[in-house]
Amino acid sequence: MLTAILSLAGLAILFGLILGFAAVRFRVESDPVVDKIDALLPQTQCGQCTYPGCRPYAEAMAKGEADINQCPPGGEQTIVALADLLGVDPKPLNPEMGEVKEEKTVVIIDEDICIGCTLCIQACPVDAILGAAKQMHTVIEEECTGCNLCIPPCPVECIYIVPRKKSIQNWKWPKPEETQVENGAKG
Amino acid sequence: MLSRLQQLWQFRGGLHLDEYKQSSTTAPIQTIPLPAKLILPLQQHLGHTAEAIVKKGDKVLKGQKIAEATGYVSVPLHAPTSGTIIDIGDYPVAHPSAMKSSCIVIEPDGQDQWAEKQTISDYKTLTPEQIREIVSEAGIVGMGGAGFPSFIKLNPGEEKKVKTLILNGAECEPYITCDDMLMREQAKNIIAGARIMLYSLQAERCLIGIEDNKPEAISAIQNAASAFSDITVVAVPTLYPTGGEKQLIKVLTGLEVPSQSLPGSIGIVCHNVATANAVYHAVILGEPSVSRIVTVAGDKVKTPRNLEVLIGTPFNDLINACDGLTDENTPLIMGGPMMGFRVHSSEAPVIKTCNCILAKEDQSHHEQHMPCIRCAKCAEACPVNLLPQQLYWYARAKDFDKAQDYKLFDCIECGCCDYVCPSHIPLVQYYRFAKTEIWVQEQDKQKSDIARERHEFRQLRLEREKRERAERHKQKQEALNKSGDKDKKQEAIQAALDRVKAKRESQQENKNQES
Ligand code: SF4
Ligand code: SF4
Ligand code: SF4
Ligand code: SF4
Repeated sequence: MLTAILSLAGLAILFGLILGFAAVRFRVESDPVVDKIDALLPQTQCGQCTYPGCRPYAEAMAKGEADINQCPPGGEQTIVALADLLGVDPKPLNPEMGEVKEEKTVVIIDEDICIGCTLCIQACPVDAILGAAKQMHTVIEEECTGCNLCIPPCPVECIYIVPRKKSIQNWKWPKPEETQVENGAKG
Repeated sequence: MLSRLQQLWQFRGGLHLDEYKQSSTTAPIQTIPLPAKLILPLQQHLGHTAEAIVKKGDKVLKGQKIAEATGYVSVPLHAPTSGTIIDIGDYPVAHPSAMKSSCIVIEPDGQDQWAEKQTISDYKTLTPEQIREIVSEAGIVGMGGAGFPSFIKLNPGEEKKVKTLILNGAECEPYITCDDMLMREQAKNIIAGARIMLYSLQAERCLIGIEDNKPEAISAIQNAASAFSDITVVAVPTLYPTGGEKQLIKVLTGLEVPSQSLPGSIGIVCHNVATANAVYHAVILGEPSVSRIVTVAGDKVKTPRNLEVLIGTPFNDLINACDGLTDENTPLIMGGPMMGFRVHSSEAPVIKTCNCILAKEDQSHHEQHMPCIRCAKCAEACPVNLLPQQLYWYARAKDFDKAQDYKLFDCIECGCCDYVCPSHIPLVQYYRFAKTEIWVQEQDKQKSDIARERHEFRQLRLEREKRERAERHKQKQEALNKSGDKDKKQEAIQAALDRVKAKRESQQENKNQES
């Protein structure tokens, strides 16, 4: 037990040092406002906001060049959080950018069809696809953000969208259904 | 020690409920025949899921470890009887989602043969650390509530010294009587467990709180504890939810556990009486947590009673041991009528935290709920001093930040507010909805933080590759340029040669002209 605790503590210190070092060594001078905005974006990196990723969109918002309602994967929740942060009124999602997905999705690769061209790997913004040239490829489901950027480049169309796996761990109690009377009292 | 002298306090709110405890306490605790199959969910308790260490086809002995703890808030799982592992896969479990979950399935061989047990006659030959280790390895979790691993709550911590151990024998929810029966029949073992816990915590005293509607249990425990001056048995007034940890602490000590913190912060640790019994079995007899007592009750159960069953026994087997239901279609509830939840399959197995299976007339009054009339009845009933109508309002509006400001996570889901609400609003479901939404949002946040890191890492990598490519390009260019220099030199040499040649030629011409 004690050795376990000590070795864990040792590891914790070691990792702390590595992280600390990395933080200093690789520090990018970053704008705290951009950081705060970026922290609210879903990091799907899909580009639907018309920017090449979440951070560029955050930068554009910080400069006042982009509106708060351009991120479909974030949906209402993200818009409300952005409005809160930037002190503006929430507004509905801009339909030009896309629709809010009801359900979170990931992609899978049909490994029987995959020809190992590596085009999807080059498209994936979070390195969620494993594989080498001329070998079949697999998606690491845990890491996939569901951005679908890997789908268009695939020459044999073997990448499919599937709902993210549901488990007891990420299950949510349903919201109680509201009765008519209850709703009537709302206005 | 006598309990009458003890001063008692009262928590705010609470309800006097009909008890319905009579019918399941008329007969002693009974065992049931070995079921045909035992189904053991890898998630038995709050915290990290255990990881299977056996495979299909393996033969196991009773008490043999079949799944290992993962992470700190986690304990292992043991085979409840000897037999063969016939499957590891997804099966229906007792969970409000109706989802299946990963389970180890054992087919008993009928021998019920124990693996080797490490018995100990005097626990004081062990150090408190060794006791915690045994309790952890025995897979013991809180048997009364959400099932927090018990060994964690046997650690007094560095500075926050624990003075008082409280054993919770209140059992305040209607219908449930398994702790009552355990106290009546196994009082000695509970007290033996309490002594081990006191020693492990290095605590000064132990208070055992039992609601005064259980006179048999009180006298049994009092008899068993009479020799120990540091153990006090206290009869507490019957009032729902006295069995809530913070409520019982208030009643027994007058102390309030601060919002969002654990009783340890005020020098108190609270365990269930059944957990004390399990600690006795683990430390003295060397038996891990493989069985428990379950109350089967409700007006639809033909013969309500308490059963001692192996973990993993399907609900059906328990119902059959009680002569079945008067109406086969009655939905089953795990837990009591106030805090329990509907179980969607009668094939779901008993887990370590399952204290009661209830089959009763559905009295839910939520169907036709009406607008909130701001009567504040809910706030009067809330034993945690919350403002249930505000929580409801913010949960319904999905304003989860505000709900948290109003201490959503202090809500113990006791259902008092729900019970008294004249508008029949399903308040607790709103709170459960909000809590799980917030948890999943937090999980999503962690996921997106990982995605951000991976994206940034990829961009660094792409940049590096770009730099490296540029570097290579430059080198090539330089090499080319160098070869270009050579040409220039040659050109220069050539030019020089040309000039010399031209000069010579012109000299030649001059000479020719002179001659
Ligand atoms: S649309 Fe949203 S998730 Fe997609 S890149 Fe833009 S900010 Fe990120
Ligand atoms: S695997 Fe495809 S969908 Fe998933 S993150 Fe990568 S590019 Fe996006
Ligand atoms: S008891 Fe019901 S109606 Fe009354 S204030 Fe509370 S939520 Fe509203
Ligand atoms: S369910 Fe929560 S809000 Fe309602 S009375 Fe119990 S503790 Fe208070």
